[in-house]
Amino acid sequence: MPTLWLVCLLLVLAAAGFVMGRARALASAGGDARTLHSLPNYYGFNVALTSLVPALAVLAVWLLAQPIIVDTRVSKLIPADMVPEGSTIGLVMSDVRRVAAGLDLAVDTGLLRAPEAAALSANERDVRSLLGEVGVALGADVRPEVLAAAQRSRELNHAGRLLMTVLVTGLALAGLGWAYVRTNKEFRARNVVERGVLVLLIVAASLAILTTIGIVLSMLFETSNFFRLHDWKDFFFGSTWAPNFRGDSELSILPLLWGTLYISFIALLVSVPIGLFAAIYLSEYAGKATRALAKPLLEILAGIPTIVYGLFALLTVGPTLAKVFGKGGLLGVEWMAGATSVLTAGVVMGIMLIPFVSSLSDDIINAVPQSMRDGSLGLGATRSETVRQVVLPAALPGIVGAILLAASRAIGETMIVVMGAGAIAKFSLNPLDTMTTITTRIVSQLTGDTDFASPETLVAFALGLTLFVLTLGLNVLALYIVRKYREQYE
Amino acid sequence: MTDLSANSAPATRHGASLLKQNARTRRRNRAEARFRAYGIAAIAVGLAMLLVLVFNIVSKGVGAYSQTFVTLEVELSESKLDKKGNRDIEEIKKVSTFGYAPLINNAFAAAVKEGGLETRLKPKDQAGILSKSAPAQLRDYVIANPDKIGETVSFRFLANSRVDGYLKGRVTRDSIANDKSISAEQLDFVDQLAAAGILKKTFNPDFVLGSDASDQRPESAGIGVSMVGSLFMMLVVLALSLPIGVAASIYLEEFAPKNWITDIIEVNISNLAAVPSIVFGILGLAVFINYMHLPMSAPLVGGLVLTLMTLPTIIISTRASLKAVPPSIRDAALGVGASKMQAVFHHVLPLAAPGILTGTIIGLAQALGETAPLLLIGMVGFIASNPPDSLAAGLLSPNSAMPAQIYEWAKRADPAFYERAWGGIIILLVFLVTMNTLAVILRRRFERRW
Repeated sequence: MPTLWLVCLLLVLAAAGFVMGRARALASAGGDARTLHSLPNYYGFNVALTSLVPALAVLAVWLLAQPIIVDTRVSKLIPADMVPEGSTIGLVMSDVRRVAAGLDLAVDTGLLRAPEAAALSANERDVRSLLGEVGVALGADVRPEVLAAAQRSRELNHAGRLLMTVLVTGLALAGLGWAYVRTNKEFRARNVVERGVLVLLIVAASLAILTTIGIVLSMLFETSNFFRLHDWKDFFFGSTWAPNFRGDSELSILPLLWGTLYISFIALLVSVPIGLFAAIYLSEYAGKATRALAKPLLEILAGIPTIVYGLFALLTVGPTLAKVFGKGGLLGVEWMAGATSVLTAGVVMGIMLIPFVSSLSDDIINAVPQSMRDGSLGLGATRSETVRQVVLPAALPGIVGAILLAASRAIGETMIVVMGAGAIAKFSLNPLDTMTTITTRIVSQLTGDTDFASPETLVAFALGLTLFVLTLGLNVLALYIVRKYREQYE
Repeated sequence: MTDLSANSAPATRHGASLLKQNARTRRRNRAEARFRAYGIAAIAVGLAMLLVLVFNIVSKGVGAYSQTFVTLEVELSESKLDKKGNRDIEEIKKVSTFGYAPLINNAFAAAVKEGGLETRLKPKDQAGILSKSAPAQLRDYVIANPDKIGETVSFRFLANSRVDGYLKGRVTRDSIANDKSISAEQLDFVDQLAAAGILKKTFNPDFVLGSDASDQRPESAGIGVSMVGSLFMMLVVLALSLPIGVAASIYLEEFAPKNWITDIIEVNISNLAAVPSIVFGILGLAVFINYMHLPMSAPLVGGLVLTLMTLPTIIISTRASLKAVPPSIRDAALGVGASKMQAVFHHVLPLAAPGILTGTIIGLAQALGETAPLLLIGMVGFIASNPPDSLAAGLLSPNSAMPAQIYEWAKRADPAFYERAWGGIIILLVFLVTMNTLAVILRRRFERRW
């Protein structure tokens, strides 16, 4: 893996730079560190960082940019009339990439020599069977244009990699040399190094922004591709979810949204009363010992991975519900067809959210000033009356915020609904019906063989974007309410 | 005093007495008791759920750690394995697993004869109680030890998952009525073998150390290789999220000026912490796989996605522990002439280190149990059969991860896999409990209250 080697080389250069810079500074001071401007190590760090950081930055940018540049240059080689009806240039390009990867593999395994691969002609050899030998299966015979484009993209990639190696190594050496020459006892090494470190800290802090931009851009880009292939009115206002991989699918978010909201509603129905009462008891009634025992135990529920809850829904809660409500069950009714249902997923998700609601409400109830309680108790109210008529109304905005946060968790939860809710999208009020959610459909549309040119795959990005906007909105609203409420008592 | 207060009855108004509750007070007190009971009930329900969950996991998962084995003396006959008798390894390799099946059949016939067992089953059906991996196990042994050909060697074969389920009570004679892969006579035969001590249920290290198997052979599926996959992912997460997270928190907490850019970054981080994990999976698929062409299913990609997911958690906890270091420490350092950077790196950071470590461990534990993003970057649906042999292979060759492997088992049709899914969860939870305990111990041991 040449990139890894390149990084290793840069690290070795930096280490050498550290030793050299430190030695040169000391030598310039005649071996007496007291006459240096900065501590000797700073001179070493200066040389090491000047050599390493710009080189690594260029390497990272290059690795990100090279695929786009190569793609745009290569896609010009493909004549517009070659793109088949109903397909896109993207599909042809993915063919090109597969052929190029196959040729690389063939050269690596020794099936072809490098010049042979570059001079290969589709008319003379059966490229498809050749690539099949190295394990790259192609759907159709390779057309000459595709092969030429693949060869061109290999050529560009090789040239790019070579150029990158030379440039990055050169930059590292230049940085090393420059910093080394600048090193003498008057040089303010500490100030320079500290300024450099500050820049690195700022870069790390902006990574969070970069992640958000990455999320939004990647989803926006694919979503706009989706809306080019599929009517947006059908997506937002249609009534049927029926993906069909032969095309002509009906992809509407409404039935999925209904399932998501219904399951979340049941989850909140389970978790809010239990969590809220637990929080009230723990903060208003329980003694220190009870609190110290019960609170961490309840919070274990929050630390259990969702896959465990999913399995619990699929293999324990679902079958148990089916034994009660299903065919030949205890009630003798036939309301449930299988183990998966809205109720299964909702109840299990509710259990997961209990500690979430309880610890958030606990914090909020504790933030209500003690003087309010004392006043109420002094007027002769019982404890429960104090809680119901004084503490809860005062804490209400915060509790609403906590419930909104819980709702946002429920809407974005994936594993429990993937395993417990089912796969049929429909509008139904029966909690024992199977229904499906936004997250479940994202998983099912994006797992397995995905073809990034069909609306059936791309719809997952539109769903993801909707999910992102929905949860983000709920979170911002909840945080706003909680913050507003906190200001009230501070 | 008490006498006095008892004798001097309080002034009664409307016939009310402090000593005797009136109807309204009784009602209010009843309401109070009810309210209290609701609280206790809510906590009891929460704890009961935890108990049910743990009991369920342990009772259903413990079975995965023991497995039924059949011990047989197999004669590695030269006439079948090495017809020319020259022990040429290439010649021996030409005998496929089908060629080994008769050896096992003969071994069963010999065992039946020796043990005086009575069965009307043909040797081929007797061998049907073994796992489909048995001939391959024999063949691997012979290829590794060609000099043993001609001798009789004792082997421990895995029994078929149905036989295993029969010994564990999952499979009964009723439930196999329509099952083509095992018959009631074979179960009778299993009873006899168990009585003769040839067939035994013992601890199965291969579940912890081995790799996943195809859906035909639940008995030989293990979680070991996916554990290695998880380990490599955690290495990536640790190597990236700890330095980046700490650097970001130092900047935001110690250096950032209060302006709108800093505000945006802060709001951003708290919002990222609440973004559903599947969205990070979509990001990983779109950016790392679709755009940067990193290999699908590689632990490196999984690690990158989980890093982005864990970063907000680590930043939030690191900032809290930086904030907990009192300003007097910074002032003292600055006062003796340290630069701001030196004060932070030489004094504040070491004092905040235990808190940072605790937050990092908790973040890693969260990442270890996360499944949804791994489904999107393809860490399910295939079988990684061998543990990777180098660091690069560990990062780049396709592998699974523990939670993804558990999901994969839960999806399969054979109920024998469910036991393994629960068993895998036990291991996952053991890891999580260990990590969280470590975090608590670190916090207790090193945390300073200022």
